[in-house]
Amino acid sequence: MTGPSTSTPATAAPRRRPGLFRTAWRFGRTKVGVALTGLIVLIAVLGPFVAPYTATEFVSKPFETGVDGTLFGGDNRGRDVFTRFLWGGWTLLLLAVASAGIGVAAGTVIGVIAGYRRGWVDDVLMRTNDVLLAFPQLIAALLVMSILGPKVWLIVAVIAVSHMPRVARVIREATRKVIEQDYVKAAEAIGLPRWRIMTVEILPNVTSPLLVELGLRLTYSIGVVAVLGFLGMGLQPPTADWGLMINENRQGMAIQPWAVALPVTAIAVLTVGANLITDGLSRAAIGIDRGVEK
Amino acid sequence: MTLNENTEPGGTGAGDTRRKDRPDGETVLVVDGLTVIGRPSDVEIISGVSITVKRGEILGLVGESGSGKTTLGLSLLAHCKRATEIVGGQVLVSGQDLATLNEREVRQLRGRAVAYIPQSPASALNPALRLGVQLTEALHDGSLSDKEVRARVREVMREVALPDDDAFLRRYPHQLSGGQQQRVAIAMAFVGRPDVIVLDEPTTGLDVTTQAHVLETIRSMTRDYGTAGVYISHDMAVVADLADDIAVMYRGEVVEHGRAQTVLSDPRHAYTRQLLMAVPLLKTSGHEEPEPEEEPLLRISGLSAGYGRTQVLEGIDVSVSRGECVALLGESGSGKTTLSRSVAGLHHQFTGEILFDGEPLATSSYRRTAEQRRRVQYVFQNPYEALNPRKRVREQVLGPYRHLVGRPDDPDAVVAEALERAALPASYADRFPEQLSGGERQRVCIARAVATRPDLLVCDEITSALDVSVQAEIVKLLRELQDQGMALLFVTHNIALVSNIAERVAILNRGEIVEYGPVGEVMSSPRHEYTRALIADTPDFELSFPGAPERLGMDAERKGASDRVAEG
Repeated sequence: MTGPSTSTPATAAPRRRPGLFRTAWRFGRTKVGVALTGLIVLIAVLGPFVAPYTATEFVSKPFETGVDGTLFGGDNRGRDVFTRFLWGGWTLLLLAVASAGIGVAAGTVIGVIAGYRRGWVDDVLMRTNDVLLAFPQLIAALLVMSILGPKVWLIVAVIAVSHMPRVARVIREATRKVIEQDYVKAAEAIGLPRWRIMTVEILPNVTSPLLVELGLRLTYSIGVVAVLGFLGMGLQPPTADWGLMINENRQGMAIQPWAVALPVTAIAVLTVGANLITDGLSRAAIGIDRGVEK
Repeated sequence: MTLNENTEPGGTGAGDTRRKDRPDGETVLVVDGLTVIGRPSDVEIISGVSITVKRGEILGLVGESGSGKTTLGLSLLAHCKRATEIVGGQVLVSGQDLATLNEREVRQLRGRAVAYIPQSPASALNPALRLGVQLTEALHDGSLSDKEVRARVREVMREVALPDDDAFLRRYPHQLSGGQQQRVAIAMAFVGRPDVIVLDEPTTGLDVTTQAHVLETIRSMTRDYGTAGVYISHDMAVVADLADDIAVMYRGEVVEHGRAQTVLSDPRHAYTRQLLMAVPLLKTSGHEEPEPEEEPLLRISGLSAGYGRTQVLEGIDVSVSRGECVALLGESGSGKTTLSRSVAGLHHQFTGEILFDGEPLATSSYRRTAEQRRRVQYVFQNPYEALNPRKRVREQVLGPYRHLVGRPDDPDAVVAEALERAALPASYADRFPEQLSGGERQRVCIARAVATRPDLLVCDEITSALDVSVQAEIVKLLRELQDQGMALLFVTHNIALVSNIAERVAILNRGEIVEYGPVGEVMSSPRHEYTRALIADTPDFELSFPGAPERLGMDAERKGASDRVAEG
């Protein structure tokens, strides 16, 4: 029977709906977010290569401004503020990206396993999660740092562990929605190994919440790393680090505002930018995940 | 069962007085050249549609999904779906142009002048409100006293054949069955005595028995109240039974409009013919007797299954021979899906024996051998959920093959062959599920199942989510597969479909098989009362137009298919 409802081989395939990224890019906020984030990332990555001095070189008296050869004057020990600003970004970014990445990855694994296996596996994983959730993120980090001492790997580990349960919850919910769908049952019916079902059938279908979660966790990580630096529990002097810079130079803020203003502005712009991107992604994800089209 | 007689089961004195001031035959709904476009694409969803409906009559609006029939139905309520806009034409209800009304007047109009019954009664009823409150709200007539309102609510409840006592009116929607819910929705629509009532596939989710009752209620209520009804449906059989006029919609246009008798006996438009021919007809004679076989391919004996403590299946004995199609027929909740999932190894809580080719099948698919999993394949009910949206058709089809048969030498050939067996062109391999229509998706599901060359295909209501014409094509495809030697376990609630496709049928009622035997025998002389009721409640439908081919066009085509097989 051929007729209007029958597909004819000659017809071209209908266009796919645009994916998550392209949908998100249509929002103005995403573009602004990408511009802001891009600017700060550029400063942090290229900064060390274009800095006029080395990070620990003395060029002026403490908190001196208007020195020849410096753009923003000297800091609390007379080092060039602009140089230290250019040097201090990549440590923050690296720590934030590493901790957010590890935390989201671990949370996704736990979330997918808990959501798919259910039963006692689910119970054990999620109750452990609840215990971890009971610790406030920053307090837990400070506690561990003050006991074990501030180490770089420890900063990453603590922040990652504190992200993990929060990500796991979101991904578990997303997984539960996916496994209700028949294609997961179809894979079970042919006896596809469970780990393959989790990686091939489930994971690609929870990418939307996953990306949103990644952006969100990145923003939090930036904040926590900066705060830890400020409180002296992060990277140690004489490393150039934005969080540390704010702490070191806050006494001289009245006479040398640049040493605080530069890192504060950078962190603020970075956070706002990352948040705008996340917001765009989550709006796009809502549109995409809005039910199965029928 | 005929609904066409002008009887009024609920017609009392009150009904007669209502009809005095609302004479029949007066045209109450006029739609003239209505055009609705979608934003921002400016595509015309419905273009230049004109229909009229008289008092006390029902217009059947037939078309497939996407033909614009729901958009038209909603525009009668002066409502547009998101991102749609009326750009031309007018809708007149009792002579009043809906376009001239302001927001407050539109609110007055809805429920009073025009009422709407949606497809799913669950979405029409507020789950947090008691029935009495909802019906009172639906009346929203400030001129009536509390006592009059209560009396009116009780009256309308009696008319839809539901209890009118306080205890019942204090119930919540979830305490009712699907059929009762739909009747409450009907009561809600009729409580304000509307001039026009729009019914958007109100029986699609219901069993045949319930559907028959609901249709009868709708019929008598519109006659009784002198209301003009617009019945939206994709099911020609239902519309043929119910409507006075029929309008056929295709791609946003009314391609045929006329009295039901005329349209059914002398369809002018090719699309109307196609819709009519797609309806599976209840065949009560002319079945071939299946030949008994020594050892069936699949033998289910003494199977009982349940969820937790609830037992849904009890002592099931069914067998399927090679190349045979056995239908499992039952209404929702009869346990037919549980049974089919037990066969596929997806439902683990069962006792009893499932023998496949002489070997027992384990409860879980993971404890079956790869060969067993390869030879028993399952096709799911809803094609929109059965395909991974992130994988191309090629991957969907190759997945089971790689896992169960092994890495193919020529994967493209495997995909192309599977798609061909499912009557899809090989070029579809590069598409994603979202680029396919519902029928095409179901074909991909079938291609995925047949790629491993199974001996038994379990089909779980695989046509129920599809339009009638697409359903006919899928059924045709299944018959071809069967002719190639595949055995089918066909699960359905559609008795007409069973009579066309199956050799033997098992009728499930509340977890037990009440009748089991060759289709011809069961259809022509049903022994069990339940089977007789099922056959009686199925809409009676005959193709009467000249040149109408064999029913469903399947017998003729099937012969051709088997000839082809014999030649090859």
